[in-house]
Amino acid sequence: MSAPAPLRALRRPLGAVAGLWLALVLLAAVFAPLLTPYAYDVQSLPDAYQPPSSAHWLGTDEFGRDLLTRLIYGARTSLSVSATAIAISVFCGMVLGAAAAWFGGWLDRAVTVVVDLTWSFPEILIALILVAIIGPGTLGTMIAISVAYLAQFTRLTRAQILTLKGETFIEAARSLGAGNAQILFGHLLPNALAPVLVGAMLATGDAIILEATLGFFGLGAQPPVPSWGGMMSAGSALVFKAPWVILFPGLTVAITVVAINLYGDALIAALDIRAKLRTGP
Amino acid sequence: MTALLEVDRIDVAIGALRLLDGVSLAVERGQILGLVGESGSGKSLTALAALGLLPLIGGRVTAGAVRFDGQDMGAMTDRQRRALRGRRIGFVTQNPMTALDPVQRIGAQIDVVSRLHLGLSPAQARARTLELMTQLRIPEAAAVAEAWPHQLSGGMKQRIVIAMALAGDPDLIIADEPTTALDVTVQAQIIQILGALVRDRGVALLLITHDMGVVAQICDRVAVLYAGRLAEEGPVAQIFAAPSHPYTSALIGCIPQEGMARGTLRGIPGTVPGAAAFPSGCRFHPRCPRASDLCRTVVPPLTGTGPRVACHHPGGPA
Repeated sequence: MSAPAPLRALRRPLGAVAGLWLALVLLAAVFAPLLTPYAYDVQSLPDAYQPPSSAHWLGTDEFGRDLLTRLIYGARTSLSVSATAIAISVFCGMVLGAAAAWFGGWLDRAVTVVVDLTWSFPEILIALILVAIIGPGTLGTMIAISVAYLAQFTRLTRAQILTLKGETFIEAARSLGAGNAQILFGHLLPNALAPVLVGAMLATGDAIILEATLGFFGLGAQPPVPSWGGMMSAGSALVFKAPWVILFPGLTVAITVVAINLYGDALIAALDIRAKLRTGP
Repeated sequence: MTALLEVDRIDVAIGALRLLDGVSLAVERGQILGLVGESGSGKSLTALAALGLLPLIGGRVTAGAVRFDGQDMGAMTDRQRRALRGRRIGFVTQNPMTALDPVQRIGAQIDVVSRLHLGLSPAQARARTLELMTQLRIPEAAAVAEAWPHQLSGGMKQRIVIAMALAGDPDLIIADEPTTALDVTVQAQIIQILGALVRDRGVALLLITHDMGVVAQICDRVAVLYAGRLAEEGPVAQIFAAPSHPYTSALIGCIPQEGMARGTLRGIPGTVPGAAAFPSGCRFHPRCPRASDLCRTVVPPLTGTGPRVACHHPGGPA
């Protein structure tokens, strides 16, 4: 039997490079306190505006804080907020989409209308409105991002379940005495899972950008907690005086998002989703 | 001996369309009843009615009754009917290519039936699954049980579907065109397997097909369905020797024979009428060589004691 799909994705060159970067960022975020020689929130004004050096690999910001340290702690904020938000979004989207497709009728129409309505706005707009209502901060950002991506997963799950409902193996399961719960949780949702998970992987990349955007506007994690967006915001005033302050967080966001997309593509190829949905001759 | 499955003059309707009109069938233990007819004649509907699954496609039994082992299925609760399906009635679907869940291993899909209906532990269920697979002549059963559906051939998948139908140790198997989607050579194997099941286990088999050749090969009785009504029903030997209904003789005429001259294989002109526009009188009259004015106006009743036939002008080959 072959290795699981997430590992098979690493056999593709781009998937391997992307996976390596993501593993690096993840490990750095998890073990941040062990890896960083400085504290992320202790200011040291004499050390302000230092360019990259052997003491400060990526330089320091306007308060003399080590950029690498803040970047690593920022990974904690950015990744945990984005991933948690997408996880919430996937869970709620699957519940909503499955319920709509399974029960049909007025529930389906209601869910579809609301979802299509939010689908018609850009994610950033929905997120901004929600943060404005909830208030800035980590929790607000998380909720805002999860609602912004809810429509995507609801639609995807609903479409999957609707297609699968008509499949012969569902009729076969029913003819052998399977009940509603077994059909829904044993057959329909597992079959719908693969495309939704790949969608979640790709959406996490978008969510990191969205989180950074909200942070850049000062609506994300509040100082002194570092976030990649917040650091870029601070650096934007110093582009000419200390370009590294905005450069490194920006590069990190860009590389991480590209890596997630590349790994997601490799995962799609490894899962062979289309072939899996069709088992025909 | 009363029949195991008794379909007693049922009418089935979807919305305002009356699709089955007074269809009666009986299948006994150890017997194979072939249910034949062209596409759209109501074969699969009859199967769904016997399984109590008509609501799935929005249909309902409006008259008559389906009795399983003497019990009226229409009077049962949903829960009782569900307990019957898989446990006492096994169902083999039409297309094995899509009848298996693509994201579950083969073995698990068979296991679940005996765990659900016989209350076996996972280990017992797996042992039973492997035993069934071996009986169905699946080589290396243990390896196949760990495989995914897309790794198997069509004939192998159909055997798995049959194993699923057998896992609950049913008394009746309903097979809806089990060989239509398969290669001719594989078809013969599957038919052979089904025939052996009836002989060895004494189960009853309702075999839905549109292939009169298959019927001649293994069935004990045959019921010919046309446009939602029974045309003829009786023992295979008698009906094949002397078909009374012109539709039956036409169907038999569609079987290729050895030594047939080129161009002599007959078809039946015309098509099965749609349910929205069934002809008056005998529904076969527009395609029938023997049609008379009587056929156009009066519905022929099902008469006879041996083979029963619904025709105003029964007789030998048309």
